[in-house]
Amino acid sequence: MNSDKITKIVLFSVSFIILFIAGGMVFSLVGGAIPSFKTFGLGFITSSQWDPTEGKESYGALPFIAGTLITSFAALIISFPLSFATSLFLGEYYRNTRVAKVLGTMVDLLAGIPSIVYGLWGFYVLRPFLIDIGFENQGFGVFTSSLVLAIMIIPYATSLSNEIISMVPNDLKEAAYSLGSTRYEVIMHVTVPAARSGIFAGYILSFGRALGETMAVTMLIGNANIIPDSLFSTGNTMASVIANQFGEADGLKLSALISIGLLLFVITGIVNGIGKLIIKKMN
Amino acid sequence: MNTNILEIKDPILSIQDLSVAYDKNVAVKSVSVGIKKNNVTAIMGPSGCGKSTLLRALNRMHELYENITTTGSVLLNDEDIFKMSPIKLRRKTGMVFQRPNPFPTMSIYDNVIAGYKLNGISQKKQERDEIVERSLRDVALWDEVKDSLTKKGTFLSGGQQQRLCIARALAFNPEIILLDEPTSALDPVATSKIEDLLIKLKESYTIIMVTHNMSQAARISDYSLFMYLGELVEYGKTKNMFTNPQDRRTEEYLTGKFG
Amino acid sequence: MQSISTKDNISVRIKKDRIFLGLVVLLSVVTVSPIVLIIFKLIAKGYKQLSFGFLVEKMPDTMQAMTAVTNNELIPGGIANAILGTLLMVVLASVIAIPVGIISGVYLYENQGKWMANLTRSVSDILQGVPSIVLGLISYIWVVKHVTHGFSALAGSVSLAIMMLPMIVRSTEETLKMIPQTLKEAGLALGIPYWRVLFGILIPTGFSGLMTGILLAVSRVIGETAPLMLTALGSSVINANIAKPTSAIPLVIWEFYNDPNMVDLIWSSSLLLMIMVLAFNLTAKQIAASRK
Repeated sequence: MNSDKITKIVLFSVSFIILFIAGGMVFSLVGGAIPSFKTFGLGFITSSQWDPTEGKESYGALPFIAGTLITSFAALIISFPLSFATSLFLGEYYRNTRVAKVLGTMVDLLAGIPSIVYGLWGFYVLRPFLIDIGFENQGFGVFTSSLVLAIMIIPYATSLSNEIISMVPNDLKEAAYSLGSTRYEVIMHVTVPAARSGIFAGYILSFGRALGETMAVTMLIGNANIIPDSLFSTGNTMASVIANQFGEADGLKLSALISIGLLLFVITGIVNGIGKLIIKKMN
Repeated sequence: MNTNILEIKDPILSIQDLSVAYDKNVAVKSVSVGIKKNNVTAIMGPSGCGKSTLLRALNRMHELYENITTTGSVLLNDEDIFKMSPIKLRRKTGMVFQRPNPFPTMSIYDNVIAGYKLNGISQKKQERDEIVERSLRDVALWDEVKDSLTKKGTFLSGGQQQRLCIARALAFNPEIILLDEPTSALDPVATSKIEDLLIKLKESYTIIMVTHNMSQAARISDYSLFMYLGELVEYGKTKNMFTNPQDRRTEEYLTGKFG
Repeated sequence: MQSISTKDNISVRIKKDRIFLGLVVLLSVVTVSPIVLIIFKLIAKGYKQLSFGFLVEKMPDTMQAMTAVTNNELIPGGIANAILGTLLMVVLASVIAIPVGIISGVYLYENQGKWMANLTRSVSDILQGVPSIVLGLISYIWVVKHVTHGFSALAGSVSLAIMMLPMIVRSTEETLKMIPQTLKEAGLALGIPYWRVLFGILIPTGFSGLMTGILLAVSRVIGETAPLMLTALGSSVINANIAKPTSAIPLVIWEFYNDPNMVDLIWSSSLLLMIMVLAFNLTAKQIAASRK
């Protein structure tokens, strides 16, 4: 006996590390955020001030929360038609063909490009392009960053939707065809409704991904601590302010940044949790 | 007291009042029977009668799964198998499964002595070579694979793979070999090779085999257990059971009234 | 009268169908075009700078870079410090994440349905969704502040390890679940102790699946910048001391980007990074495909 018992104990203890890390994270984030919340109270979430001058430090997270939510929503909206079309291409029209395999690999590669490379491309290629076609003035802001963000999150929604769509049972579709429907009608009235929750979950997960994106957004959003008032306004996000201002942050400022990290953690946790819950319900 | 159960003098395995239950569902009900040494004993019955469950209780395989409970005892040479260490028990019993399952990452050689290697038993190369050759000769596979011992077993035919699995079980020199429908996944030629093998092996081992194929039981077993809905209905010499079944249910099964 | 209007309706529907298909194809092509554009841009602007020297020489300083640019020459030097830094931190992160990930994956596989295992799996999934910058914050608090008292390679590795962990856990569990039960039973029936069946039979059998998971996890963390900014900080020298700040390829790209003199180096560095990411990614896919 015993080597079996020992094995079970070892397996259990090692996997406990995961719980320990998660718990530790919450503990550290909350602990680090306390000074800031003690000083500013819940007003931290609604304040738009960001003044690191010693003596009258005042920090507020509202512009960043707004920036994060706005860019992520915009990215979601922009990515939706592209991702939906691609998942239909891969999961319905050209399923199991070589073309789909190639395209699928390319979509996977989209997910593999590091964030900083997207940022560089956005800065050196996309931004001048948008300026050239007169779409933008100086190219920094919510729109440009949302556009790049949209490209980055497409693979997540696409792969999940693609899988769900290809799992729609054939006999459902055949029933519709036998009634004389066109392919478009079968897709719209049978396939998509059947795959509805999976597709929805995919978008929630890609939204969650967008919320936490740092580098590409930092390089394109303009880093202005204001609440964006238009699609082409500059702004800032929670992730990028942490990255940018971390430098020699100390004391209250560090606590403020950690509080923002905590907020980001909570928001992404909730969004991802909802997405995973929907997927679980489907199974 | 079921009079249709033959009493065996000095059985190598004595199953006493063994019951096996999945949660509330009793799959094997109070089976008591003695298994004779160096013979082939077949366990037959329609699907769901508990024959595999009974077999797997004999090397305590059921303990891998939660919510399976056993009552009663099984004495192997007068030692209760439930009181000894399962590892010790499993070295005295060898098991062969329905589908041939050689370990895919190991060569034929390594498959045969997998029991030793993975138990951390270190041996001289010469000892190992002897064990491998003996086991493979015992299953009539030596000549066919002696030049490919370092290759993985996946290129072998189904029948050869199953013989390899038997060799693997034999390497420990167990006292009892338990087989769970060992030929149901094989073609007729491979099947008959294995049946011949089992008849030969009984000289050195005690063979207990679950089979859903009556004619196989008739061909190669000396004694037969007939199970129905978890109960041991009848047990005796195979010849007698087939020509003169005592219980009505046995007779109906043997004449194909239900399967 | 009736049949004419039905005929009209059908041709409209068929047209709609064709247009939709065209739209789907068009949008799909648009979707993947960035990948082509980006790679081409990287190659076009980066290949000149990419050479063996680029891989082994130290970073130039900003003066050297400025002189080279004004003279219209290639900036001298290379990013050896970054390559080695990335290597150091990825290896260290793997050393941490692989054993923990595989063993946890085995735990989940062996305890299907139990509430503790389900909890662990859910928590692992949550961890996977945490933004990498938050992981950087955590590693800053845990390692930079309390262990190495300063930015360090160790801190960077810890943040990367936490990123890799959930991926390895999941791929281990999935791989093991695909191995037929009878293999495990055959091992146990030979009287082999449980742990040896796990590590001597099941894990070797699932090796390619585990490898795929590990390679994908590595390809994911190689390109991460944000967490390293908060933990490893960067360094212009080659560093082997895990308690000291270290460079990494994404970090130097960021440095070059912010320095007007060194800006030209971003393309070759990014190209190198992409090649590495692709190498791991495609190898993982190859292994996965050859299993089928």
